[in-house]
Amino acid sequence: MRTRLHKWFLLLGAAAFFALPLTSRAQLTTEDIASRDNMESHVAGYTGHVQDAAYDYRRYCVGCHGDMGDANGEVAQWLLPPMWPKPRNFQLGVFKCRSTPTGTLPTDDDLFNAITRGFDRSAMPIWNQFTKYQRANLVAYVKHFSPRFVTEKPGTPISIPPEPEVTPERIKAGREVFARVQCWKCHGVQGMANGPSASTLQDDLGFPIAAFNFTDGTRPKCGDTDEDIYRIFMTGLDGTPMPSFADNIKPDEAWDLVFYLRTFMQQPSKAKEIAKTLNLKPVSANP
Amino acid sequence: MHDFSCPRLRKAFHSATSLTAANLVLMFVALTCSQPANAIPAFARKYGLRCSACHETWPILNNFGLKFRDNGYQIMNDRDAPIWQNPSYWPITFRITPVWHRVSASNDVDTYSTTAPGVITGTAIQQISSSGVDLSGLDFHTGGTLEKNISFFVLPSSDPTAAFHFETVMARFDNLFGSPWLNIKLGRFELNNLLSEKRMVGLTDEGGIYQTYHFIPVADGNIFGQMGDNQLGIEYVGHSYDDRTRISAALLDSNDGNVNLTLGANSYSGFFTFDQAIDTGKWDVQRLGAYAFAGEAATYYRTLGGVPIAGSGIGNKSFYRIGFTGQFYFGPHFDLNVVTQHGQDNAWFGQGYGNAVNTDGNGGTLCSGPPLTNCLANNTPGTTLPIGSQAPVWNGVTFEARYVYSPQLIFIADYELEKMSQQADGPGFTGLNPTGAPGPSPSNLGNINNYNALIRYNPFMTSRAGLAIQLEYTLFHQNGTGPVSPITGFSTSTNSNELLFALDIDY
Ligand code: HEC
Ligand code: HEC
Repeated sequence: MRTRLHKWFLLLGAAAFFALPLTSRAQLTTEDIASRDNMESHVAGYTGHVQDAAYDYRRYCVGCHGDMGDANGEVAQWLLPPMWPKPRNFQLGVFKCRSTPTGTLPTDDDLFNAITRGFDRSAMPIWNQFTKYQRANLVAYVKHFSPRFVTEKPGTPISIPPEPEVTPERIKAGREVFARVQCWKCHGVQGMANGPSASTLQDDLGFPIAAFNFTDGTRPKCGDTDEDIYRIFMTGLDGTPMPSFADNIKPDEAWDLVFYLRTFMQQPSKAKEIAKTLNLKPVSANP
Repeated sequence: MHDFSCPRLRKAFHSATSLTAANLVLMFVALTCSQPANAIPAFARKYGLRCSACHETWPILNNFGLKFRDNGYQIMNDRDAPIWQNPSYWPITFRITPVWHRVSASNDVDTYSTTAPGVITGTAIQQISSSGVDLSGLDFHTGGTLEKNISFFVLPSSDPTAAFHFETVMARFDNLFGSPWLNIKLGRFELNNLLSEKRMVGLTDEGGIYQTYHFIPVADGNIFGQMGDNQLGIEYVGHSYDDRTRISAALLDSNDGNVNLTLGANSYSGFFTFDQAIDTGKWDVQRLGAYAFAGEAATYYRTLGGVPIAGSGIGNKSFYRIGFTGQFYFGPHFDLNVVTQHGQDNAWFGQGYGNAVNTDGNGGTLCSGPPLTNCLANNTPGTTLPIGSQAPVWNGVTFEARYVYSPQLIFIADYELEKMSQQADGPGFTGLNPTGAPGPSPSNLGNINNYNALIRYNPFMTSRAGLAIQLEYTLFHQNGTGPVSPITGFSTSTNSNELLFALDIDY
């Protein structure tokens, strides 16, 4: 695993190096974007259309995500990472919250859910007051900015086995997984986002980024149910240093890890209750 | 702006039995009360959102803005506490609205002899028009969070001469026990009206208020139940996570927001609302709700030397206003807002008992003297109601249609109808009714028809500041409160209109 991570950091460095020229190269023309005006979404029982979202996009989204979807809205300059992550550049077609494997496009449902949920620890608001119809159209609108949605199909959502009963053994097993795959390198041994790599993390565009602090009561961006957390580390948050562990963690182990992560979090959970009786020590940072 | 004393001033004058050129003067005075409030570039700056994200047009809230407000000016994402803001950020906004307007109203005027210079021969009813540039007051809006889930709002507001009062002062504890269903607010605040008067766009005297929120029968002494005025009290608000379901209950001093316990002290009223929004797909969201405002207020202020003592009110009598609210969206460009009202005041209010201390809400009094004139009646021991007195009852409705061409350009049309169904001076009444005629009041006395239309254009729209250019026209008609007919000697109807051009500045 360690070599894998090293390789991964190298990749990250290379990505950071190429990041800025890459963003400028990704700048598309209005004509190019308009050529995808017939993009559709199929979600929540609706077929979403680009033109039906144009008005809402301009009213609600443009200030951050920009007319061209390139994250150059007028307020983007005031959003300073890592405290305030930059808005998503839709032209790149890279998204954090996916049910699909790392590197693939998200499904319409994923985008729909991201818009509905909003992004904690960022300026991205919760848009759950929109009708489903509005959100379906916005999904089509977000997609039409990126040529990726023409040339590629969304990935196949990963399959998640049913959630087992949480037991003391599973929590302890989850602790072992946390140590083995080295989540602590970034998230810290107590989940407080203070691991040895934490201060050096950058996203693919070269902006500094903070690892998730499990203990401060904030919500994961991609959902806070057990299943969401499972999905987060099995698909990764593309465009960020938060990798996918689909190759390193078996499905059953993944549930164990979810339960262990729950013990860090403020939100009440059965795992947290059980953990009180276990007197678990933080994993060692020097295995 | 939106000086809370103004609607009352107007009504108090209406309640005097004969109206003169005072009407016209009042229009000017009342200009200061006709400015809506609450547009906050400070919030837009804090969250990096454009005005249009929260406002259908500034300052009217859309559903996202309503949710933001219901969450205690938070977007609910753990960056709401001020500690996350750049230290130079200060949540303050100011607003002022210079206008040009032409006000025209019917008046009694003297007629002169054509043969004998300077000799007054009688009176006639004439339409008098005045026009010119005018100022609004200045508002300082400051609001936001003190800490996550502790919100505040303070709004010092002035009249055009820069005399200040506190229009809104409130603190709010949000999401108690982590639940959006538990929020408590304390202070002086706008009632939880779905169609907010403080956020309305109209700027003229009669089009800058909702008549339905201020309607009081002619000569009625109950100034306490005005839904449009900010009130003092404590409010509970709850809402679902997506804000589709909203409910509120407020316990209020029955004093129409007047501080220092001068008025209606020892009496309380309650204001309750409920509304539910439904996702209707392509038609957007439809919201239906109801409200009830019910309470008691004093009619007897104990006196010293015959002068009523402030804060000594007893002899409580009851009143209520109930109605439905609806907000119907027909796609992103058109919406229709409806508020109905069924109201009733106790017969004592109907006979002019109520605000016997005659406060104007700003430390002054409504009636001047000695000898005191225009004062409202005091229900001192031994007072009896005249024969034929009965509880005034009325029904009202407000329609507001909006065509939103874009967040920067909006057209709004209002129609309001207030209609008495039972007059305070009923069958058997033998005294002089408010028109000055003997016997029961005419059945249409006090009925209002009000039309308002406006265009509002924002030449730019950013997260930093706002400027709106507005053109507006209002036509107002009320039965029996206008100039005295030289023929009958009784009041005719009030007919007024106003044309207004404004620059609404918000920074
Ligand atoms: C105030 C700024 C702001 C506004 C307004 C805004 N967003 Fe965002 N949005 C962001 C930021 C910042 C991010 C990135 C958050 C992060 O990476 O943690 C984001 C991310 C997203 C994503 C990425 C989801 C993913 O999984 O990566 C989508 C989709 C999105 N926004 C859609 C919208 C839509 C649709 C609207 C309008 C209805 C909108 N946003 C309005 C700031 C904003
Ligand atoms: C190379 C550093 C790194 C490693 C190793 C890492 N993470 Fe992360 N993780 C991050 C970063 C950075 C974020 C924040 C991403 C963001 O906010 O956009 C994050 C976010 C998260 C989140 C919250 C995601 C959300 O939706 O907000 C979870 C849950 C998480 N990580 C779990 C794990 C687990 C479990 C492991 C080990 C299996 C792990 N991480 C390993 C860097 C890392």
